[in-house]
Amino acid sequence: MGYKVIIRENWCKGCYICLSVCPKNVFEKAGLLDDRGIIVSKAVRPENCIGCQMCADHCPDLAITVEKEDE
Amino acid sequence: MKQEYLKYIRDNVFPTAFCPGCGHGILLNAFVSALGELDYDQDNLVLVSGIGCGGWIASPHMNTDTLHTTHGRAIPFAIGVKLANPKLKVVVISGDGDLTTIGGNHLIHAARRRIPITVICGNNNIYGMTGGQASATTPVGAKTMTTPLGNDYRPFDLVKLVKGAGGEHVYRYTAFHAMQMKKAFKDVLQKDDFSFFDILTGCPVQYGRRNELREPAKMIQWMKDNSVLYSGEYHDDKIMVGKF
Ligand SMILES: Cc1ncc(C[n+]2csc(CCOP(=O)(O)OP(=O)(O)O)c2C)c(N)n1
Ligand code: SF4
Ligand code: SF4
Repeated sequence: MGYKVIIRENWCKGCYICLSVCPKNVFEKAGLLDDRGIIVSKAVRPENCIGCQMCADHCPDLAITVEKEDE
Repeated sequence: MKQEYLKYIRDNVFPTAFCPGCGHGILLNAFVSALGELDYDQDNLVLVSGIGCGGWIASPHMNTDTLHTTHGRAIPFAIGVKLANPKLKVVVISGDGDLTTIGGNHLIHAARRRIPITVICGNNNIYGMTGGQASATTPVGAKTMTTPLGNDYRPFDLVKLVKGAGGEHVYRYTAFHAMQMKKAFKDVLQKDDFSFFDILTGCPVQYGRRNELREPAKMIQWMKDNSVLYSGEYHDDKIMVGKF
């Protein structure tokens, strides 16, 4: 059983607090600017997620939801 | 943030107007999550704010009744709401410049009289919105627009100020302590007493860039490294967090 890490990308401003608080190194900066000129955060290793909610609780833009995956 | 908690925000005003990494957003996150976890009745809650970036935490972002008032005067408006309808839960959320500098007199008297409202200070140690002037909570030595060589004056310790004025149920957390902050918000949301929160939010743009804390992640790490959980002994050289 794993977790889904959902990022509402249109709310993300690229502060990268999620990168710094995640104990499992799930996030990376996107490779390209989006159409607002922001390099958003991407959950590139969701299989490592342990569901601690550190990223979701520290996101200043309320942009992250971490949910248990359906079995 | 669970998807179903988004009913407590006005999602049409998102993304917020805050700068990237602004700790006021972490306070907003914790408050919304606290409401969500309690399945709180959003029709019985009035959020009152003053002026500044901190005044934007509740208004326009929160989907409750909100009162966005004049600079420094959020507490008198909140007291008016509470007197008119004592059944309502009334919470003031605003900045350190607003609540403790320009409006400091209202804060000490609300504490002294233990008015049954909750006051949450999004304390970023600066006047963020107007370009970064020193406030009553700017630390000694900190660089601001008005103290380019470092601040000479001692800041208010808001926990001691509010307790000294007679306030009870006094808490302090930083943006690093998002989860503890959320839990404490849940505790006071279920009570009808005076309570006060000094929430060190951190302003990476106006405070951070002048004080080597421009990166939001560095600001959060700095808060983690410099805070100590209060358990009876108060250290003035640390950020004491917890319930006081
Ligand atoms: C009566 C009055 N004086 C001054 C101002 C200008 N002003 C707007 S926001 C602000 C400072 C707010 O600081 P703070 O409460 O710390 O909020 P922050 O922006 O740092 O979150 C000031 C002085 C005003 N709007 N009204
Ligand atoms: S829930 Fe925890 S482990 Fe999962 S992505 Fe967020 S911070 Fe990382
Ligand atoms: S100026 Fe500071 S307090 Fe205001 S939104 Fe930007 S980071 Fe936040």
